[in-house]
Amino acid sequence: MRALLTVFRKEVLENLRDRRTLFSALLFGPLFGPLLFGAMVTRMLDQNSFESDQALELTMAGSERAPGLMQFLKSQGVKLTFTDWTESQAREAVKSGKAPVVLIVPGDYARRFESAMPAPLLLVADSSDSQNRKHTDRARALLAGYGSGIAQLRLQVRGVDPWLALPVAVNDVDVATPTGRAVAILGLMTYFLLFAMLMGGLYLAIDSSAGERERGSLEALLSLPVPRGALVAGKLLATCAYMGISLAVTLTAFVIVFGWVPLDRLGMSANLGPLTALTLFAICLPFVPLGAALMTFVASFTRSYREAQTYLTIVLLVPTLPIAFATIYSLKTKSSLMFLPSLSQHLLMTSVLRAEPVRFADVCVSAGASLGLALLFGALTARHWRRESMLG
Amino acid sequence: MIEARQLSKRFGNVQATNQVSFTARDGEITGLLGANGAGKSTSLRMIYGVIAPDSGQALIDGIDIRGETSQARSRLGVLPHAAGLYGNLTARENVAYFGALQGLDPERVRRRCSELGAALDMQAFLDRRAKGFSQGQRIKTALARALVHEPRNLVLDEPTNGLDVMAIRSLREMLMNLRAEGRCILFSSHVMQEVAALCDRVIVIGNGTVLADDTPDALRKNTGAATMEQAFL
Repeated sequence: MRALLTVFRKEVLENLRDRRTLFSALLFGPLFGPLLFGAMVTRMLDQNSFESDQALELTMAGSERAPGLMQFLKSQGVKLTFTDWTESQAREAVKSGKAPVVLIVPGDYARRFESAMPAPLLLVADSSDSQNRKHTDRARALLAGYGSGIAQLRLQVRGVDPWLALPVAVNDVDVATPTGRAVAILGLMTYFLLFAMLMGGLYLAIDSSAGERERGSLEALLSLPVPRGALVAGKLLATCAYMGISLAVTLTAFVIVFGWVPLDRLGMSANLGPLTALTLFAICLPFVPLGAALMTFVASFTRSYREAQTYLTIVLLVPTLPIAFATIYSLKTKSSLMFLPSLSQHLLMTSVLRAEPVRFADVCVSAGASLGLALLFGALTARHWRRESMLG
Repeated sequence: MIEARQLSKRFGNVQATNQVSFTARDGEITGLLGANGAGKSTSLRMIYGVIAPDSGQALIDGIDIRGETSQARSRLGVLPHAAGLYGNLTARENVAYFGALQGLDPERVRRRCSELGAALDMQAFLDRRAKGFSQGQRIKTALARALVHEPRNLVLDEPTNGLDVMAIRSLREMLMNLRAEGRCILFSSHVMQEVAALCDRVIVIGNGTVLADDTPDALRKNTGAATMEQAFL
């Protein structure tokens, strides 16, 4: 036990003096996620409000052939720009982004319009650009509105009831809740939390075995009268400490960022106050030893710092897979999923963020499964440390 | 006293050592001489207990080294071939870490750090971080680390590698001082002159077996060679 504490103290002190470890544990990992998250959410909100308020910009070619349409568009607040582009010129203009949407009135428009034949209009747009598509949809809706207005007038002129042309009236009932839309964003947030936490212990995990070996300090260490299990446990504990600090810093940063971002507009419970943050911390905490043990276990098989970095980058991706899966299939919190570490933490945290009730039993199962797996990896690491191949 | 008893070790198809037996006595410096790959490091690693022999036994003061917490480990100081330090710790902290892991109480660790700092002439860099140390400073720190628990026995694997003439001379003096204190010193080298100048006893090892075990003078006499180099060849 004394040896364990000695190792723990030394690892904490040594890494406290390492700029790279501090940078990834306290700065890069914890701040990168919340800042990116805040910037993204703010941008999304900006975009939504910006679009509905802003006038549609439409470039129109051959407008002199359709004065009625032009008047209608103007009355709807469309900002019209007039050109004399041909179809191919319009294609180029949209492709190069010079104009978002171009409306071309072909030569035979006026003649066909007057003789009550379908009058052709060309709408040139780029549907692969999601920004552009919104403009196009608005332009199309306006043109359809103009068309049905003209149709009603023509029917009335001919003494026909315009209702005859409307056999059904469809009313949209949209059940998409704002919460549903926020699922992907929540997945991102829990991922950032787990990622920052793992980053916090990454360099300690590498240092604890590959680092010792590369430095040449391992052999002297292994000749000491200290149980290998105590060495491994001390190193794991130090890694956990750094990961815990990373997690705490990340959560604090999220609380601060959430203070700025109007999350209620995305349907998330915006009350990510200290209490929610503490709950999230408690949910994540059992994942800390698991991450530490997994990273240390993988690192103990590598020969050099560089090799360890390569493999651990892959390990960093492991916890993201279940989260991606959960986001794609919109998994809901279920007791049967609580046995899967990272997925269970993700689901529980998502529930807490949505202000849904969380069952205490689920939290216990999630913690138990993570800690059990952590013990297994810890034991496997200690077993590897007892082998001669550990010397490399 | 360090005893190797029929130490055999095989790595895959390579028989690294075969029935290696010898004794290093207290108050003597014993040299393990051999070419690269002769089995010196493997023998020493079995003696300081980081690899287990396939057969045979290594004893420190009569105690088997095997087992993670063997008493034998507390009676042994080790300077491995790659004697790396923790760069972000000072020389003193490096030494104190091993002292604490050897089970010394904090007061004794403090005292030993000061004593060793003086004995090995380390004051100038004792409280500097080990990151930028010269090879000489590094060896001194690693030696202090090996001696922090005042072991009766000391094993050094090619300690003079990469040292300049001045550093080698001061290492030699340190080893002679330790011998004068009655400690048992076992070190390996592939440099004949070094072994001849320093050792009370030479064990020549080649192809994983002991070829000769005698005093330097006797070795020269028996082979009729004028120098150790000729005797070795």
